[in-house]
Amino acid sequence: MLKKEFLTHHPIHNAGFTSEDLLPPPGFGAVLARAGVGKTAFLVQVALHAMLNDFDVLHVSLHDPVNKIDLWYRELFINMARQSKMSRVDDMWQEIMPHRFIMTFKIDGFTVPKLEERLTDLTVQDIFHPKMIIMDGLHFDPSVREKLEALKGLAARFSVALWFTAHIHRHDGVTGGGIPVSLGPVSDLFDTLILLQPDGERIPVRMVKGPPGKMPSGRLFLDPSTLLIEKADTAEMT
Amino acid sequence: MIGHIERVRNIGISAHIDSGKTTLTERILFYTKRIHAMHDVKGKDGVGATMDSMDLERERGITIASAATYCRWRDHEINIIDTPGHVDFTIEVERSLRVLDGAVLVLCAVGGVQSQSITVDQQMKRYRVPRIAFINKVDRTGANPFRVVQQLRTKLGHNAVAMQIPIGLEGRFQGVVDLVSMKALYFEGENGETVREDAVPDALVEEAKKYREILVDAASVFSDELTEAILEEREIPESLLNDALRKGTLSRELTPVFMGSAYKNKAVQPLLDGVVSLLPTPLEVRNEALDMERDETPVELASDPEKPVVALAFKLEDGQYGQLTYIRAYQGTIARGSTVVNSRTEKKVKIGRVVRMHADQMEDIEAIPAGYIGALFGVDCASGDTFTSPGTNLTMTSMFVPSPVISLAIVPKDNKAQINMSKALNRFTKEDPTFRTFVDQETNETIIEGMGELHLEIYVERMRREYGADVTTGKPRVAYRETITQKTDFNYTHRKQTGGAGQYARIAGYLEPCGEAGFLFENRITGGVIPTQFIPSCEKGFRAAMEKSPKLEFPITGVRVVINDGAFHAVDSSDMAFQTAARAAFRETFQKARPVVQEPIMKVVVETPSEFQGSAMGLLNQRRGMIIGAQDEGVLSSIEAQVPLAEMFGFSTVLRSATQGKAQFTMEFAHYRQVPQSIAEKIAEEVAQRKKSAA
Repeated sequence: MLKKEFLTHHPIHNAGFTSEDLLPPPGFGAVLARAGVGKTAFLVQVALHAMLNDFDVLHVSLHDPVNKIDLWYRELFINMARQSKMSRVDDMWQEIMPHRFIMTFKIDGFTVPKLEERLTDLTVQDIFHPKMIIMDGLHFDPSVREKLEALKGLAARFSVALWFTAHIHRHDGVTGGGIPVSLGPVSDLFDTLILLQPDGERIPVRMVKGPPGKMPSGRLFLDPSTLLIEKADTAEMT
Repeated sequence: MIGHIERVRNIGISAHIDSGKTTLTERILFYTKRIHAMHDVKGKDGVGATMDSMDLERERGITIASAATYCRWRDHEINIIDTPGHVDFTIEVERSLRVLDGAVLVLCAVGGVQSQSITVDQQMKRYRVPRIAFINKVDRTGANPFRVVQQLRTKLGHNAVAMQIPIGLEGRFQGVVDLVSMKALYFEGENGETVREDAVPDALVEEAKKYREILVDAASVFSDELTEAILEEREIPESLLNDALRKGTLSRELTPVFMGSAYKNKAVQPLLDGVVSLLPTPLEVRNEALDMERDETPVELASDPEKPVVALAFKLEDGQYGQLTYIRAYQGTIARGSTVVNSRTEKKVKIGRVVRMHADQMEDIEAIPAGYIGALFGVDCASGDTFTSPGTNLTMTSMFVPSPVISLAIVPKDNKAQINMSKALNRFTKEDPTFRTFVDQETNETIIEGMGELHLEIYVERMRREYGADVTTGKPRVAYRETITQKTDFNYTHRKQTGGAGQYARIAGYLEPCGEAGFLFENRITGGVIPTQFIPSCEKGFRAAMEKSPKLEFPITGVRVVINDGAFHAVDSSDMAFQTAARAAFRETFQKARPVVQEPIMKVVVETPSEFQGSAMGLLNQRRGMIIGAQDEGVLSSIEAQVPLAEMFGFSTVLRSATQGKAQFTMEFAHYRQVPQSIAEKIAEEVAQRKKSAA
């Protein structure tokens, strides 16, 4: 009951989406933005939506420690609840937390087989069965294609939606489809690409590639001060 | 005291049992002329090594409690804090690691990096202690120091680099080649006290060159000047190489490795040179205190003897002359005759005798300036207390003391054991604020409480060993508690007319959950329906009722009581009548307010070689553990989880066997959480059983 209440106040739900609409498993998606714009914050809120739906989310970070990631979730959840004037936030947090697992690797030590081994450990022992993986901090350098292809195989084998944060640069141009040039060589691997590009005082959530009919472009924004996702009308009103 | 703080080194010598730590310390004291004869651990002369000052340590040949000792080497003062090598001594370990600025990690040339070395090293890592390594027992059969250097890299993830190579191995071990000066060092005289320098033996020249190149290469990362010198193929001055090595060590990105045999009196002096040249001065270590006036905000301290005093009492010892308090001054100067304030008790303390300790011998000194370690006599304090100048409201340790989460009944075997047990408990509760004791009024048993199973086991063992208190222990009990989940009204009248003075009190209001706040009481009585003088009686009655729940008899917490109505009788109402009414009102209402049992949840961090990560996670999961995350750190992984304390009994044994003894874990109280219904039923059954057998 309480969970349902939290869910109905979630901005993604409010805008008429589900986390599965944005990227149905076994999909491959990325959130593209410059440093500090809110890639992780956006995906954490997508993850929270999935957790409220009782889906397990594995958050893999290649740059931040477990505690920092945990803090992202906690802070965004509390802020979302506060904004919606929800009560019993602690109880709800305790209830959804088992649906999240944080795994961190040193970027040099990260390999897809290692991730697969860890994931197998979790699923075989019936500890955790992710429906969504967030891969935070992978460098989209020219050699990334091989790693992405291996990860795509992993997403299919485990039937998970795999989200990435992709760092783009101010000087990056865009391809004809509006995709930043730096992502161009690997964009064919992705089912969903979401661009967060500050526009004045708002950060519109633009889907530059995605499932037809499920384009949140123009309907969702990120508030740069709280990094919370907001529905377009709310954002426009404020 | 010499007074040059840059010439002070506060170090720990850390290692697992039997790697020769105590023998090494003994040799250091001999070469620095603090002692004039050497004894061995478990020595035939029955004296034992100097640093092992506790009987239990002498007997077992291990170090349990940290003693601090002082010595001088090449115009430098070295304070050696003998750190416990056992992971379970958490408070002791934490305090000793806090006061040291650098450490020597001792490893056995035969056994190499073992699970205990992993444990000790992880503690150092956690406290960001720069360290150098000493591979001991190079004279033993099967010694292979280079294998140990490699293990330091692979098993502990250190950027370990040999500072020396051995001249001969096992029975033929003669000395070492110093790769910085490229000289051979031999240790002559009856006790190896004379260091003779010579040319590198021809047979070792190529090997020495090879290892020197590795050393220089590793050091060059920390010095552009050194890199330039290498590229330009210039002669590398010793000082340049040493500076780069020091920089790497202080940043904890490099671990210089020395080697030798303490037992055979070989190569201890170069290690001392390494301590002086590579480990930090107190000025190079950032120390913080907590500002009690600003919600324990961290404040950086300056190692300045002129500033207001901030000092930590890190260890207490009961000796023949009374309590000896080991102290580290972080800021200011603790001088004989001066007055400081104990920030916990806020009491002023006049400093009497100030001494410098050499294990259990001492030397009188005038003062302990910032950065130094010494001891005080006749100061009444607890271990972990902070002393400050009057008006300085800082503390080195948080004032927050968590409530115990586990208890154990202890029964002395006889009268003598009873007396000794009391002495021991008195001492331990003073040493460790998380260790408590009381007598259960119902069973008349002495109960000890603490923060975990091992925590209590260690004190029971120390009670037996140090105080000769022969005690038997009961089963550990988890400190469950209860709370309510629903707002519920009450209206209770207490009336008694059975001869003599009557009793009358009516009390009405409601109970509601209030989260983590233990107990809140609100008086909303208007119109004097309950006279003001009886309001505290009501509060007292509710408080008393919350000490034990009606059914399960656990303490109750998280309840807000609001009283808003009532009645009194001019003659029959009394303090006692209102207290009784409040207790009864609470008992009656509590069951209607949907009570739930809560259990202590522990934050458990398992540190394990990565190959055992899956097994460790499985074990946590089987124990109703919720895994927060897993951090892959190359050769090691750490898993953080929240696990009910009730499920953690015996975990260390299970973890050890599942990981070939290579994983270790730490556990600390996190919070209370409602137990699942099935567990609550089991707990209720257990309580009923216990009550039945008590009756």
